[in-house]
Amino acid sequence: MATPTLDKADGAGAPEAGFADSPYITATFRIRRFNSEVSAEAVWEDFQLEIDPKERVLDALHKIKWDQDGTLTFRRSCAHGICGSDAMRINGKNRLACKTLIKDLSPEKPITVEPIKGLTVLKDLVVDMEPFFQAYRDVMPFLITKDTNEPTRERLQTAEDRERFDDTTKCILCAACTSSCPVFWNDGQYFGPAAIVNAHRFIFDSRDEAGEQRLEILNDKDGVWRCRTTFNCTDACPRGIEVTKAIQEVKRALITRRF
Amino acid sequence: MKIHKYDTVIVGAGGAGMRAAIESTKRSRTAVLTKLYPTRSHTGAAQGGMAAALANVEEDNWEWHTFDTVKGGDYLVDQDAAEILAKEAIDSVLDLEKMGLPFNRTPDGTIDQRRFGGHSRNHGEAPVRRSCYAADRTGHMILQTLYQNCVKEGVEFFNEFYVLDQLITEIDGVKHSAGVVAYELATGEIHVFQAKAVIYASGGTGKFFKVTSNAHTLTGDGQAAVYRRGLPLEDMEFFQFHPTGIWRMGILLTEGARGEGGILRNKDGERFMEKYAPVMKDLASRDVVSRSIYTEIREGRGCGPEGDHVYLDLTHLPPEQLDAKLPDITEFARTYLGIEPYTDPIPIQPTAHYAMGGIPTNVRGEVLSDNTTVVPGLYAAGEVACVSVHGANRLGTNSLLDINVFGKRAGIAAAEYSATVAAHVELPEDPASLVVAQIERLRSSTGSERVADIRRELQETMDANVMVFRTEQTIKTAVEKIAELRERYRHVSVQDKGKRFNTDLLEAVELGNLLDLAEVMAVSALARKESRGGHYREDYPNRDDVNFMRHTMAYREVGDDGTESIRLDYKPVVQTRYQPMERKY
Ligand SMILES: Cc1cc2nc3c(=O)[nH]c(=O)nc-3n(C[C@H](O)[C@H](O)[C@H](O)COP(=O)(O)OP(=O)(O)OC[C@H]3O[C@@H](n4cnc5c(N)ncnc54)[C@H](O)[C@@H]3O)c2cc1C
Ligand code: SF4
Ligand code: FES
Repeated sequence: MATPTLDKADGAGAPEAGFADSPYITATFRIRRFNSEVSAEAVWEDFQLEIDPKERVLDALHKIKWDQDGTLTFRRSCAHGICGSDAMRINGKNRLACKTLIKDLSPEKPITVEPIKGLTVLKDLVVDMEPFFQAYRDVMPFLITKDTNEPTRERLQTAEDRERFDDTTKCILCAACTSSCPVFWNDGQYFGPAAIVNAHRFIFDSRDEAGEQRLEILNDKDGVWRCRTTFNCTDACPRGIEVTKAIQEVKRALITRRF
Repeated sequence: MKIHKYDTVIVGAGGAGMRAAIESTKRSRTAVLTKLYPTRSHTGAAQGGMAAALANVEEDNWEWHTFDTVKGGDYLVDQDAAEILAKEAIDSVLDLEKMGLPFNRTPDGTIDQRRFGGHSRNHGEAPVRRSCYAADRTGHMILQTLYQNCVKEGVEFFNEFYVLDQLITEIDGVKHSAGVVAYELATGEIHVFQAKAVIYASGGTGKFFKVTSNAHTLTGDGQAAVYRRGLPLEDMEFFQFHPTGIWRMGILLTEGARGEGGILRNKDGERFMEKYAPVMKDLASRDVVSRSIYTEIREGRGCGPEGDHVYLDLTHLPPEQLDAKLPDITEFARTYLGIEPYTDPIPIQPTAHYAMGGIPTNVRGEVLSDNTTVVPGLYAAGEVACVSVHGANRLGTNSLLDINVFGKRAGIAAAEYSATVAAHVELPEDPASLVVAQIERLRSSTGSERVADIRRELQETMDANVMVFRTEQTIKTAVEKIAELRERYRHVSVQDKGKRFNTDLLEAVELGNLLDLAEVMAVSALARKESRGGHYREDYPNRDDVNFMRHTMAYREVGDDGTESIRLDYKPVVQTRYQPMERKY
């Protein structure tokens, strides 16, 4: 077994750096495996591979699946952080495998990869997303207006009003936030940060007229008040959404009824 | 095996599928089958915008938009369809706004618009601001907004269901759609969906290339399913290579970057597009820009030690503008290349991007079984389809438009059809047999070939031989290689023999689809001895309207002895008001 070395990994910044010399290292991926068709227990399994540290964790998972063990199972599609398929716990933190470069993970030590927490594991890194999407659907994530006549042209919205909810429109429903939340781990009934982020997106949209209804939903015992402001969600969000801030804004709106 | 019965079944939940579902669910009992969770669809990756002549920021009209679309498509566009696209663009943008899409706004509060390649004022005079956008995540916002409205309408989804076969029943010698066969990822169970109407909205097929902006899951399953059942595929030789993919990775950097003022430069720092397209420069049509980039590279003016890329330079743009208008793509450069776009140019190369060809339809979204005959009950919309509004080369921002205009049209037409026909078409005998046999063969095979090897070789041969520049020689090389790979594919085996979440098995199925479609593309390209739009033949560098102003129709034929071959036929182009002219930008 070769000792992993990081040659020239620090070439970032200069476009050409790194690609010219052989950039490969040997890295160990320690992956949490579970397949109910094989065993009722989840186990850790180590895989070693030669890889360019500037590649993504997703590339490493593909290399393992394609060259070593075809049974390794995970979801993925876009491979550049836009579809939300591949949130997983990498070295103990929730991230997208396709947006995490190996060089940023101290690859001289084994890199651990496990499914996100708080949702039932179905196979290897695949979890049951249904409860997550149910919480999303519960906050009525669609524009509601009361106007009886549809306007013929677009509704007007100032650039400032549009900016007000810009941050929360970026959500890709990857569940990295919700599945990093200790409250959600302990009690799956909690709506979780992602649902609140998506409620925020409408509550603060000047065109929407159902803010009150959504606030009532989130005022519920499983709603925003469960949040203990641990900031795990903000740290986890691959879209850089200020999740905790959005939750705070919803809490404040509940108190002041102004939004 | 389970059998389900619906009025309308939609295959795919990207932009086209969900736009169709919103219409069809209101009018008929609808099921949407999708291999990905709807919000994972690749529509979400679209960045730049959606074209519509709203004229919010400067003078514009749908007729100019129609002209640009026809010219951009190198006159292979069906002009009646392009006119519908451009006219209905305005309502389709307004529909999305009313559904809640957060477009960027002008100081007056109307939808803001920006420039995009090939879109011009008054028939090519100067670039026009026609693209409606939401920062550089327009596709994300379209996908989210449509999903939100599907939740609102109570659309019924079957998530992670892979449609693997199209069921056809012949009635009086006419092919009718009877339904589809799907594989459920979670359980490995096979489901037959009997439906009065089926709409394919299963997206593109870019994964037969190596450097591509397409998702891993864009494997042309819909095109392959109907093709295997004897229905034609139209204009498959036309594939778009987008000029600005991240070097070696293919991740797209939107043309909006050039719309905002970004400039392409060679290793000498020269703005080389001035030579190739004096008027539109960096915003010339995509095929023109991609060829210009490769010409620079071939003539030794490429960047880097291997001279194999050029730069997209955004450094002269104010950081605030990049943050406000291009936040996602600047972050891609930082994440994947470690480059700061405020100060350093970004290495790029053309990336395989968009299938202009696909399942032939008319303007109602009805699928054709030859040049004119409709297959009752069968519809297609979005990238899987060929209407043809994009001809030989799609203009940027016209696809998000296409999925909305023709997704809506197909949704309405299919649901109205299901409402008018009294009974379901009978299912063929043993409807799941083809899929059952295919799955069983792959699961039980002990062959020595591996999916990953064949796929890698396929992608390499496609990149090397049928990309931006093609010749008789290179295409023949590809045809031969594909034939070899298809033969080897018969001996492919998978490691995962299980039922639950067997993605190993499905990757093998997807590879089979890619191989079929790659062959159709190469064979169609070989026969088109001219250069037009995205199809550039170095041995025939000019457009040849006398012999090739016509759509290619490729059919799968199976001989009595079981040998497969491709038969090519041709279909006339619909021309209304625009006579073909030489394309200059
Ligand atoms: C990076 C990128 C940027 C782009 N930017 C722009 C832009 O700015 N403007 C523009 O106009 N166009 C753009 N395009 C093009 C445009 O985004 C796509 O052509 C369009 O979104 C395709 O939409 P669709 O609904 O046809 O397919 P998709 O969104 O790809 O959806 C396909 C659907 O089909 C389903 N599916 C596939 N196979 C099966 C199967 N076997 N069974 C069941 N379901 C299946 C998938 O689950 C998915 O839901 C861009 C494309 C890319 C790749
Ligand atoms: S808020 Fe961020 S982490 Fe949470 S689901 Fe949305 S994108 Fe993912
Ligand atoms: S694969 Fe799409 S977000 Fe990672």
